[in-house]
Amino acid sequence: MGILSNLINGASLGSIYAIIALGYTMVYGIAKMLNFAHGDVIMVGGYTCFCCMSYLGVHPALAVLASVVVCTLLGIIVERLAYKPLRNAPSLDVLITAIGVSYFLQNAALLIWGSDPKSFTSVVGTGSFTLFDGQLTINVTTLVAVVANIVVMVALTLFTQRTKMGKSMRAVSEDKGAAQLMGINVNKTISMTFAIGSGLAAIAGVLLCSAYPTLMPTTGAMPGIKAFVAAVLGGIGSIPGAMLGGILLGIIEIFARAYISSQMADAIVFGVLIVVLLIKPAGLLGKEIREKV
Amino acid sequence: MADIKQLFGKKRRGSLITLGMVVVAYLVVNALMMGGVISNSLTGQLVPICAYIVMAVSLNLVVGVSGELSLGHAGFMSIGAFVGVTSATMLADVLPGPARLVASLVIGGLFAALAGFLIGIPVMRLHGDYLAIVTLAFGEIIKNILNNLYVGMDAYGLHFSMKSSAALGMQGGSIIINGPQGAAGIVKLSTFLAGFLLVIFALLVVLNLVNSRSGRAIMAVRDNRIAAESVGINTTKYRLMAFVVAAALAGMAGALYAQNYSSIVPKKFDFNTSILVLVFVVLGGMGNIRGSVISATILTILPEALRVVADYRMLIYAVVLIVVMIASNNPFLKQKREQLRRKFRKWRGPSSGGPTPDPVAIEGGDAQ
Repeated sequence: MGILSNLINGASLGSIYAIIALGYTMVYGIAKMLNFAHGDVIMVGGYTCFCCMSYLGVHPALAVLASVVVCTLLGIIVERLAYKPLRNAPSLDVLITAIGVSYFLQNAALLIWGSDPKSFTSVVGTGSFTLFDGQLTINVTTLVAVVANIVVMVALTLFTQRTKMGKSMRAVSEDKGAAQLMGINVNKTISMTFAIGSGLAAIAGVLLCSAYPTLMPTTGAMPGIKAFVAAVLGGIGSIPGAMLGGILLGIIEIFARAYISSQMADAIVFGVLIVVLLIKPAGLLGKEIREKV
Repeated sequence: MADIKQLFGKKRRGSLITLGMVVVAYLVVNALMMGGVISNSLTGQLVPICAYIVMAVSLNLVVGVSGELSLGHAGFMSIGAFVGVTSATMLADVLPGPARLVASLVIGGLFAALAGFLIGIPVMRLHGDYLAIVTLAFGEIIKNILNNLYVGMDAYGLHFSMKSSAALGMQGGSIIINGPQGAAGIVKLSTFLAGFLLVIFALLVVLNLVNSRSGRAIMAVRDNRIAAESVGINTTKYRLMAFVVAAALAGMAGALYAQNYSSIVPKKFDFNTSILVLVFVVLGGMGNIRGSVISATILTILPEALRVVADYRMLIYAVVLIVVMIASNNPFLKQKREQLRRKFRKWRGPSSGGPTPDPVAIEGGDAQ
């Protein structure tokens, strides 16, 4: 039963990583940039939800909605102000700008909410139910994360495959120039990608804070890095890859914590990434691009 | 004039300007310190500034000259720091202060170079963003290992453990590295002079490497790996060379940095430190060694100088980063800058040799 319980917890943590990784991978696929500020959008989502529930006393569902709206707007504003002027700049310059945005968000949060951790009340309550005559206990939060992940995955797949906007996103990620020639508004598509990615980050933020209820300005940093690792593990730019990478990473982390060493769990997670990349240099589901001379 | 040019060459002259600049800065700061103009908080920053300059110069060798984005440079600094502290403690009775510092810098640098070599072998199989993420992963792994490393020394020699300080099984003696608490009770051996000399050493190593046959090979691999390979350059060897040299220098910087404080924790050398140094490199100009020196200095002082605005300083720092990046990529400002440069050249007259580009400024461009 221990293994099953760890597997469920791993899948739950992995689901949160997967939702964050989706934001990374979509932005990378379309804008070809590593958006290091993505982890901090998670933190903003968490704080927004916290404020709505604790200070304004709003119903949790509305609070989640509010944090999605705030983060989506934040994503659009950041893209417009910081990233859009750098559309044709060298990739490292864009990376540094993203780091600047990340510092900005963290320090703005520090000024607004202070450095002392806030304790977050789970949006779905702290209930749990038991199976197999009490041998297996599952938290509601754990289950909700997995369900949310499945819903997001289905919705996103439908969106990219069926809608016009989704199709133009795929087109832009395939070939920006050609997409532009076909009459696709590349700028609008990129803004839309940031909006969706940031909205997903808000959901991930709420889920993360529900599962690990301490909220600080640096809350998003480590999950952000891990989700980035997850996106690369699955093959950056690939949506199913982000999903697979996220869940695998979560399960590996929980198992490493439980069976090997809780202190060395992070090292093991990163070690797995290195091994995978050495065997499959483009990630698990990434497309191997052949170099043409 | 022509003779000097022949003697030193354009590139040599650029290197001399960079070295001269550092020497002048050192003398000026010393004079100001004697005059009592520099505040205490800034005096305390002098050794860290030197360490960060060495970090920036060495990372520039990887990111700017070799064209590989490395996000784990602080890991090598960390190895150098803890190996340096350990070796300084071991040599406490054998060598006097300054010699011990030199020895600890060398040993720290060697261990970091060894780590750079071991990490470099798998890393050099990858390219672009994947290489970047693997260096990030290695940086985190180093931090995680050091966070769980316990080292103690007694009459029987060194003891290591990955579990706890109790597991060391020591007979008296003292604990040098205590897991997450890091190293405490470090003898402060680092001085501004030592920092200055290390900066000069790092500059000599990197500038000589860049202007050598190997350096040209490294840049050829950066500019076009396939073309370089087709003319018989061993690409892996040269990429690895840049990586290992940078790791060694980062290790020395770490040893210098650690011995400026009485205690140091592994958490200090995390992903954020790697990013901080990367920011120095990019703002200073990729491949531009002189730029790295200047930007590392200014950006280490900047948060201190912004202490006046207390809580808002990191916020302002963030805005400065974003604005500088946007401004330097603005087409209008770029054009204006180019015009200014042309005017400046005309004004200097033809004696300076017409449109010579900045000697050390190697066009960095994309690091993909």
